[in-house]
Amino acid sequence: MKFDSLAAFIAMDGHGTYVWLAYGITFLAIVLNLWLPGLTRRSFVQSEQRLAQRKAVAENQGENT
Amino acid sequence: MLKWFHRLGSPKTFFELSSKWHPWLLGLSLLSLVSGVAWALLFVPPDYQQGNSVRIMYIHVPAAILAQSGYMMMAGAAAVFLIWRMKLADMAVAAIAPLGASITFLALVTGAIWGKPTWGTWWVWDARLTSTLVLFFLYVGMIALRSALDRQATAGRACAILALVGVVNLPIIKYSVEWWFTLHQPASFSLTEKPAMPAEMWMPLLLMVIAYYLFFFTALLSRLRNEILDRERDTDWVRKWVAAQ
Repeated sequence: MKFDSLAAFIAMDGHGTYVWLAYGITFLAIVLNLWLPGLTRRSFVQSEQRLAQRKAVAENQGENT
Repeated sequence: MLKWFHRLGSPKTFFELSSKWHPWLLGLSLLSLVSGVAWALLFVPPDYQQGNSVRIMYIHVPAAILAQSGYMMMAGAAAVFLIWRMKLADMAVAAIAPLGASITFLALVTGAIWGKPTWGTWWVWDARLTSTLVLFFLYVGMIALRSALDRQATAGRACAILALVGVVNLPIIKYSVEWWFTLHQPASFSLTEKPAMPAEMWMPLLLMVIAYYLFFFTALLSRLRNEILDRERDTDWVRKWVAAQ
């Protein structure tokens, strides 16, 4: 460990603002890049399932009339 | 080999195989990112000139490397698509563009933040910085071009050609620090030479470069799988896969 205390770690000898800003933005970008495709996939699955259900209902009604 | 290439080129086969790779890639990239960042923030000694701001190097250099090598991959996929008309290659071009744009953005932003305490300015119109900004616009242009064209075949070909034309920017970025007098330092890392910095600095940097590659491939795989689902939505196998979810 290169820091004696948590306060020193946060301050980084005056460079804390720059270091933490850069790491914060990077963290955000990486998390979003890993997380968003999962959301897209889930919404794709949901909309396709709804579509398939509607199609099945329509086909059933077609058979009944 | 060619047969294997052909088989993997089928979106269905690729989708099935990649569902096994994805969790491993995700685990490895998270593991390497967390350990790399902990190493860079806690255990690397501060630079004798730059102090603690040198810790930004461990996220800036890998982002800059990936911004360029991601473009190379995109251009490679574009060439494969134009030559062999492989659909999966066009999907890869589409999947890399937004990812490449966000990593180039990271390279530019972390560079600007690092520039403030070390150079005294956020930005200069220096050859390295400007050519990297052009790289960012190329990625954004790829996204815009694809969304502007309705017909998929036309969009695919137009994007592939733009990706290949944009390759001319890569040597400009690479050699900008030698061709012009710039504020940016020359490459700190190369495959062929011994690093100029001590091992306690380049080892975590190497780990972070590997971590960024793993992260890149993880995110690329997710996007590519979404692209496959989107374009193959009317096939039997996607319907079955959706029903099984």
